[in-house]
Amino acid sequence: MTLTITNLTCARGGLTVLAGIGFTLLPGHALILQGPNGIGKTTVLRTIAGLQRAQSGQITAPADSIAYAAHADGIKPTLTVRENLSFWAAIFGKRDLAMTLAAMNLTGIADRPAATLSAGQKRRLGLARLAVTGRPIWLLDEPTVSLDAASTALFVAMITRHLGQGGAALIASHIDLGLPQAATLDLTAFAGHDRPQTSPFDGVTA
Amino acid sequence: MIALLIRDLRLATRSGGGFGLGLAFFLLMAVLVPLGVGPDPTTLAKIAPGILWVGALLSCLLSLDRLFALDAEDGSLELLATAPIPLEGVVAVKSLAHWAVTGLPLTLAAPALGLLLNLPTAGYPWLIAAFALGTPALSVIGAFGAALTVGLKRGGLLLSLLVLPLYLPTLIFGAEVIRRGTQGLDAATPLLFLAAISLASAALLPFASAAAIRVNLR
Repeated sequence: MTLTITNLTCARGGLTVLAGIGFTLLPGHALILQGPNGIGKTTVLRTIAGLQRAQSGQITAPADSIAYAAHADGIKPTLTVRENLSFWAAIFGKRDLAMTLAAMNLTGIADRPAATLSAGQKRRLGLARLAVTGRPIWLLDEPTVSLDAASTALFVAMITRHLGQGGAALIASHIDLGLPQAATLDLTAFAGHDRPQTSPFDGVTA
Repeated sequence: MIALLIRDLRLATRSGGGFGLGLAFFLLMAVLVPLGVGPDPTTLAKIAPGILWVGALLSCLLSLDRLFALDAEDGSLELLATAPIPLEGVVAVKSLAHWAVTGLPLTLAAPALGLLLNLPTAGYPWLIAAFALGTPALSVIGAFGAALTVGLKRGGLLLSLLVLPLYLPTLIFGAEVIRRGTQGLDAATPLLFLAAISLASAALLPFASAAAIRVNLR
């Protein structure tokens, strides 16, 4: 269940944003993608998830091994928390819902419509979806947005458990999650040549 | 796949899902036409097949722009695209769910509206047959239009412009079935054409729709 990226070049809106990315993500390990806003963290994750095409380079991963968690959580407001989660569980093949609900502290709100959840509770539900996919390689885009300290701890515990079971995670994040097995990759080094290097405010004096 | 069907049906019947909206529009249209055209029974009987089909087309359009747009907005479409079920299957199942909440109720309500429009008695079996065989095409073709416009904000109007011309064959053969049925002529040929349009759309268009969604997600 190893994810290997070789010499990957990816583009957003036809413009090359990152070039020459390469890394290997082994089972039981996590890699944190870092870099300033707009560097292309989401683009890399979407490319690896197969949602957009790579301009060049290779992405090698076992078939059906990748689960992607985007900024949007894919939650239907009129369905309850349990219905939302059990839908994804059914799509990916049945998993133990009760355990996943408990792991993200959702048991108490399992029968509430998702429309009544707070932003942090929605995020927890979105992250719980990863656990019911049963896929080994998780791609997470800013997973801790709108999570409080306690929920972040739950999330870190979930990731740690996943890594302990031989899974792997590729996480775009600004904050230090404190994962013991995590390496960090700064994407600034791969910024593509098409990326404007000067800001529009260069040369403007106050 | 079945989970997706159940989810879509559940979403449609919950608050804000739009279930019954198309049906209500269809009912209103059939009530308004006699008021506009006048109460002359022979005129009404003559235009009934056309009015019923145009009503079905328009009420089908009402709910189409939500078919993929809502899933795209909340991110479910991206997640479905990376799920183990093929996107073609997703499109087919969502079209089926759309038909179940629009085409099927229209088929069931059509005879009552035929009565309002003074449709001759001989036409009723043909009316039901034409709606049952023709409305699936409306959902499948509509899903293709919805897939093409999924990335667009306010894509609803463009969707109507794209989809209505594609509905022409269904409209022509559908109305022809009922017209021939009411006049006691052989209506089997247009009915077979109608079934062929539905079957061919259902077999081919999910592939085109899935390709359109993939391009729009990129």
